[in-house]
Amino acid sequence: MIGFLGLRLLRAALTIVLVVSFAFIVLRLSGDPAMTIMSPEAPPEAIAAFRTAWGLDRPVWEQYFSYFGAILQGELGQSMRDGRPAMAVVLERIPATLMLTIPALIVKVGIGVPAGVFAALYRNSWIDRLVMALAVAGFTVPSFVLGLILVLIFAVSLGWLPSGGQDSWRNIILPVITMSLGGAGVLARFTRSAMLEVLGQPYIRTATAKGVPWAAVVRGHALPNAAIPTVTIVGFMVGTLIAGAVVVESVFSWPGVGRLLVVAVANRDLAIVQCILLLVAVTMVTANFIVDLLYGVLDPRLRGTASTGAH
Amino acid sequence: MPAFGVQSSVMENLISIRGLTVAFDGVPALRGIDLDVQPGEAVGLVGESGCGKSVTWLAALGLLPGHAAVGGSVRLGGQELLGAPAQTLDKVRGGRVAMIFQDPASALNPVIRVGRQVEEALRLHRGLTGAAARAEARRLFEQVGIPDPAGRLNSFAHEMSGGQNQRVMIAMALAGRPDLLIADEPTTALDATIQAQILDLLRRVQQDHGMALVLISHDLGVVADLCSKVGVMYAGRMIEDGSADQIFQSPSHPYTRGLLAALPEMIGPRRRLEAIQGAVPNPADMPPGCAFAPRCTQAGSDCDAGTPNLRRVAGGHRAACLRIAA
Ligand SMILES: Nc1ncnc2c1ncn2[C@@H]1O[C@H](COP(=O)(O)OP(=O)(O)OP(=O)(O)O)[C@@H](O)[C@H]1O
Ligand code: SF4
Ligand SMILES: [Mg+2]
Repeated sequence: MIGFLGLRLLRAALTIVLVVSFAFIVLRLSGDPAMTIMSPEAPPEAIAAFRTAWGLDRPVWEQYFSYFGAILQGELGQSMRDGRPAMAVVLERIPATLMLTIPALIVKVGIGVPAGVFAALYRNSWIDRLVMALAVAGFTVPSFVLGLILVLIFAVSLGWLPSGGQDSWRNIILPVITMSLGGAGVLARFTRSAMLEVLGQPYIRTATAKGVPWAAVVRGHALPNAAIPTVTIVGFMVGTLIAGAVVVESVFSWPGVGRLLVVAVANRDLAIVQCILLLVAVTMVTANFIVDLLYGVLDPRLRGTASTGAH
Repeated sequence: MPAFGVQSSVMENLISIRGLTVAFDGVPALRGIDLDVQPGEAVGLVGESGCGKSVTWLAALGLLPGHAAVGGSVRLGGQELLGAPAQTLDKVRGGRVAMIFQDPASALNPVIRVGRQVEEALRLHRGLTGAAARAEARRLFEQVGIPDPAGRLNSFAHEMSGGQNQRVMIAMALAGRPDLLIADEPTTALDATIQAQILDLLRRVQQDHGMALVLISHDLGVVADLCSKVGVMYAGRMIEDGSADQIFQSPSHPYTRGLLAALPEMIGPRRRLEAIQGAVPNPADMPPGCAFAPRCTQAGSDCDAGTPNLRRVAGGHRAACLRIAA
């Protein structure tokens, strides 16, 4: 168990290093922040001064190492725009984002998993067909299109819900729906196939053959097995809690991390972009780690050593 | 017509199958099976792969998937099982008729401790819960010869060998104190030495519990060893039945003779030639008359006229072949 945990932690750390390095390389290769921020017409001395101030005049590898050293000390630099600490700028946006992504995750799981289970239980019936048609619709319509359609119907035509702003809980309804439908569709399909796979297993027939009523077979024997693959997908979704709302935040002018990222990229505000990417990497890696731990809880075959008994 | 040649029914049948038919999406798999099992007796069911041995019992217990169309009658005591409500079937399954399967490793739920799986049957059929269920599960593990029974209750299937898993399956089957145990090729997936142990165990629990046993097997030697009555199936029909002695000493149907000739112990240079040529007919494209005709050395044009019914060979011994003198 210790070895298992150690290996996972090592993998998690390595993933973060890779993401951060990748962010560094891409951002340095994609244009000169001094030019973007200062505008090309600025006097050359001013640009040079800017470069020195941000360390952009030093060799790339030196920038890379000092960047890493700084990160290790929790030093994530300042926004090139207003000089405030990047971390503070990013952190203050997180509550707004979570206000959308957490309810969205709940809706995805709350709709997707039961829909998938029912589709599998009533395989080839109209319930199954309806669920699958909705699921395909859910994840084929791009979320900005869906968002705009929902705004047109519920905000513009019917006037039931606001299309932007954030002064009441009603503001989150349209963005959350926009964000959840695709994920609910993916989860429904995935849960359905996991469930069908499990329902075809011999141990399900064993349970029925020993007199377990069907509802209890589904609850007690099928669901715990189908949960194992489904948890992976939910884990991915947890990993996108921080950065998964880029499109929706833009459509609904929601002041979260996603919109901050879009603006920071447009402005070449390196420190902010790096900070967000680091945060995203940490969230995803953490989510993955939790999924791995959950696997161990859900699937005794992955726990490694035998728990009891002599061989 | 009485099945299995029980003319004078001295004993009430425990289970009585009449005209059982099964079709999967319109393709017939069983074409009218008659079969009786009396209390406490051991019946062997043999035949090549795909002839319908498993489907017969899965259909009888309502365990087939939805696309299977089942017809005929299966009576347990006085009770009709085909089309019975779910609550009735849930009481019968595991309570009066238990079933164990070929591959014990996949027949046990991988994420539930084996002890709990046995306790579930004890709760359903004997109302035992908590410590009482645990103690009884432990006793059953002991009875089926699982070493360290108390410890093994907490194991998962993947932590145990195939033979031990099959012992768990047998313990689980015994939990409901059934009148009948269906063992569907219970040793096919196991090593030879373990096979013998499991068969010994089956024989012992059958005798200790006075339980009837249906043993489905490819292995005629095993059936000869354990069973007093034998049914031979071919292409979804019963083509010969009788006492084990009658079937093994004086097989009447050309198919049964072929099966026996193919037995390794009986192979001599001359008999080997009798081993059955050809393959089982496709269920969607059956021969017009006797299903065995394409492979039968004694087939004649009369065999294509219609499907032969079981005819009496001797007391309690019947075979479905036109060459049997009536
Ligand atoms: N779930 C199913 N769906 C479709 N066809 C099936 C199904 N189960 C069994 N069959 C078909 O029914 C026929 C009888 O199968 P069955 O499993 O009873 O054979 P068997 O005699 O038990 O063979 P084996 O010795 O291989 O176990 C076969 O042709 C098989 O293909
Ligand atoms: S009826 Fe004809 S084909 Fe069928 S087993 Fe008898 S002899 Fe062979
Ligand atoms: Mg079978």
